[in-house]
Amino acid sequence: MEFFAWCMIAAGIGMGLGSFGTGIGQGLAIKSAVEGVARNPGASGKILTTMMIGLAMIESLAIYVFVVAMIILFANPFTEQVVQLLAK
Amino acid sequence: MVHPFLILEWLEQQLHTHLGPHVTYTWLVMAILIVVAFLASRNISMVPSGVQNFMETVVTGVEGLIEETMGEEGKAYFPLIATFALFILVSNLIALIPGFYPPTANLNTNAALALTVFFMTHVVGIKKHGLAYLKHFMGPILWLAPLIFIIEIIGHLARPMSLSLRLFGNMYGHEIVLMIFVGLVPFLLPVPMMLMGVLVAFIQTFVFTLLAMIYIAGALEEAH
Repeated sequence: MEFFAWCMIAAGIGMGLGSFGTGIGQGLAIKSAVEGVARNPGASGKILTTMMIGLAMIESLAIYVFVVAMIILFANPFTEQVVQLLAK
Repeated sequence: MVHPFLILEWLEQQLHTHLGPHVTYTWLVMAILIVVAFLASRNISMVPSGVQNFMETVVTGVEGLIEETMGEEGKAYFPLIATFALFILVSNLIALIPGFYPPTANLNTNAALALTVFFMTHVVGIKKHGLAYLKHFMGPILWLAPLIFIIEIIGHLARPMSLSLRLFGNMYGHEIVLMIFVGLVPFLLPVPMMLMGVLVAFIQTFVFTLLAMIYIAGALEEAH
């Protein structure tokens, strides 16, 4: 049973750490983009496009953590072995 | 952890076929797009009205984006890019209707799309440069080439993975958050999340098509 408790903890803490770094990264990216638009409003279209690509790249880190958390929670490859061990 | 009731899945169970919801809903999206395309091009007139007007705006928008990102060369890839954009957008937006499942919330659909982009970039690159396409992988300095080659190969292999996982994670995550909110308080609480879902649908479509364009443009340009 302890195995599943640790799975929950791992998924939760992992997601938290992942979104922590991603949040800081995206905040920095948006800060620079907003500063750029404030200085040169004419370039806003180009800046928006570049910012979107950058944000998507940064965001994919959090998405990877999310996918790993979902694998741990719903599709854990070790679940069957642990259940078999517990049944003994 | 997706929608508790899916209309097409229920229909499919009545017919005793085993296709999975992502296949049937992909067919639904295809049917929607075909019907809209047929309605828009049924009687084309110089002064557009109705569906034709709407579709002309969409097509012009995608064309402008391609010209902005890839330049004049990119116009040859308009059919591919526009198909990606329309298919992914309709698939994402379909999630907002109760009883409908977005095909993009399944890794299989996204892997198919991302692998198409992956093979397309290399086919385009080899067609344009021939054997000189290998220079793209070599880097600027000759004696560093073996090292750069391995890194470049890993980078290229990571592209389809990140493309598919990004779209999958966003759409699946949105589905799960929505279902958790529905489970907590079914009344009005999921509405802000659905609003966020509209935003996510448009941004992910934009990002996927933009990255596809950038990858193809990268294969087209001369090696440094």
